[in-house]
Amino acid sequence: MAAVEHTSIAKPVQSARPNWLARDLIGVAVILAVAVLGYFLFPNNLALLTRILAIALLVLSIDLVTGFCGVATLGHAALFGAGAYAAGIAAVHWGITDPFLMIVIGAVGGAVAGLVSGAVILRGHGLAQLVLSIAVVHLFHEAANKASTYTGGSDGLAGISPDPIFGMFGFDLWGRTAYGFAVALLVIVFVLLRLLTRSPFGMLCRGIKEDPIRVRAMGASVHGTLLKMYVISGVVAGIGGALNAISTQVVGLDSLSFTLSAESLVMLVLGGTGSLYGALIGTVSFMWFEDFVSAANPFHWLTIVGALLIAVVLFAPRGLYGSAQLLLERFRGAGK
Amino acid sequence: MSAVFQVQNLKKAFGGLAVTQDVSITLNPGDRVALIGPNGAGKTTFVNLVTGHLVPDSGKVILAGNDVTSLGPTPRVRQGLVRSFQVTRLFPDMTPEEHLALAVLQRTGRSGTIFGHYQAKPDVMAEVAELLHTLGLDHIATRRVSEIAYGQQRLLEIALALALKPKVLLLDEPAAGVPQSDTPRIEAALAGLPSDLAVLMIEHDMDLVFRFAKRVIVLAAGAIIFDGSPADVTKDARVREAYLGSYANDRSAA
Ligand SMILES: Nc1ncnc2c1ncn2[C@@H]1O[C@H](COP(=O)(O)OP(=O)(O)O)[C@@H](O)[C@H]1O
Ligand SMILES: [Mg+2]
Repeated sequence: MAAVEHTSIAKPVQSARPNWLARDLIGVAVILAVAVLGYFLFPNNLALLTRILAIALLVLSIDLVTGFCGVATLGHAALFGAGAYAAGIAAVHWGITDPFLMIVIGAVGGAVAGLVSGAVILRGHGLAQLVLSIAVVHLFHEAANKASTYTGGSDGLAGISPDPIFGMFGFDLWGRTAYGFAVALLVIVFVLLRLLTRSPFGMLCRGIKEDPIRVRAMGASVHGTLLKMYVISGVVAGIGGALNAISTQVVGLDSLSFTLSAESLVMLVLGGTGSLYGALIGTVSFMWFEDFVSAANPFHWLTIVGALLIAVVLFAPRGLYGSAQLLLERFRGAGK
Repeated sequence: MSAVFQVQNLKKAFGGLAVTQDVSITLNPGDRVALIGPNGAGKTTFVNLVTGHLVPDSGKVILAGNDVTSLGPTPRVRQGLVRSFQVTRLFPDMTPEEHLALAVLQRTGRSGTIFGHYQAKPDVMAEVAELLHTLGLDHIATRRVSEIAYGQQRLLEIALALALKPKVLLLDEPAAGVPQSDTPRIEAALAGLPSDLAVLMIEHDMDLVFRFAKRVIVLAAGAIIFDGSPADVTKDARVREAYLGSYANDRSAA
């Protein structure tokens, strides 16, 4: 192939580049500020906050395949649960209790689950794809139930006791260490995902979502790209699962459930698909609202959550973040 | 001279309708061929068949000596067989710059990289700038495709094909939907193509056909009825018959 010619055509585009860098830094700063605020506002509820962060990783992971690639799934907890069990089994049965190692093992478990479920789910399209994803999470659930020597079956896998972080910060009763660990993990994953979604691979995924036939006509492999994204998504969900295993010190079958899969998809839709911020906002609002309403009205809270969801889907179909963005754009447009 | 592209006895029927009837075409490097024919003659179907977007009932497609009949569209593109679409297929939320960058990255085996930004790759940006310039799209390089005029989308469709540096280029009505004032851009882009590239262009604009093509193939009702020089095509009785009454109305149809 001929070497690329360097022409003398002016490229004025180059100057306005670090715009997104600044925006990402602001994004990270906001996440950290909210995390610190949560720590001081709800010091007795750090366990819930930590769970929110673990689930946020799952919702981000769904966003990667659903929001960025257009693959609908109701079985993504399979990836989260695989990460949780991988980390839990490593700790309980193999004595691997270093929290960082457990996260890595969770990420690998999630990646393998992503590869397996992606290979199955991507065989179908549309409704068939959705049904396959449900089947996959049920199979994972059943497998974990049957392999009770390793997983503890329906009793759950207990006795996970992670080492102190850097040998200094033990996982205390109040959950401070777990919360700090979770915030750090989320921020790191978030930054990496921002880079990922802007990379050539991220562009290719957006292209597949918008027109797979055009992507093929460019010589790119649609199936291969989607499978790769599924594996990456598995890494993210697996980290979330491992984080949950470390912070709660147990892994239950509910981490591999259809319910969790469906709920986290709802969180994504609530926040807004196709945006990492939407995924985070959706998770935080849903879980906070669920906790708040179930405490305020233990009898009818599900009804209230249901009504809220219907309202969002009908009146803010782009989700909370997407709609806020739209409003802001209109507001700016009107201000000119 | 060895052929770069051979289509042998290609057949395709939709239900009972034979849309491609025993079509054979050979292209050599450097060929500039126009494929013409009335609407519904099966021109687009022919492109879909040879590029792997449709599966033929029988026949062979040979690209640079390799039988690619059983391959999907993706590997054929990688082997140098590139097409453009009659009805523009682009990513509505992406910019022309992003489209072309993705094509260049794909061609150079970098579309799977998960870190780094295309704007930080000078070779990509230089090539993109050149393509944008050739087709007169520089001023809308960073607008979303859904916000640019259809004529500009058509030009981007062509730029995208060129960005893949094909060995065989199939253009499906590249000038359809492009304002008359912009067709010279298409011609300039075609004139600047490497001389060893084989181009087959489907086109209704006969002025464009006569300026571009050294050879004209006429398809009617799924069969080739003429394959020869531009000078002879208008004299051919069968061609006239095929076009009689239909050609005048064709240009406005999709
Ligand atoms: N996917 C399809 N299914 C059924 N019929 C089709 C399909 N694609 C094209 N056809 C028919 O095949 C014929 C040729 O269409 P086409 O190849 O688009 O013609 P052209 O590009 O020469 O105008 C038309 O009669 C069209 O209706
Ligand atoms: Mg056509």
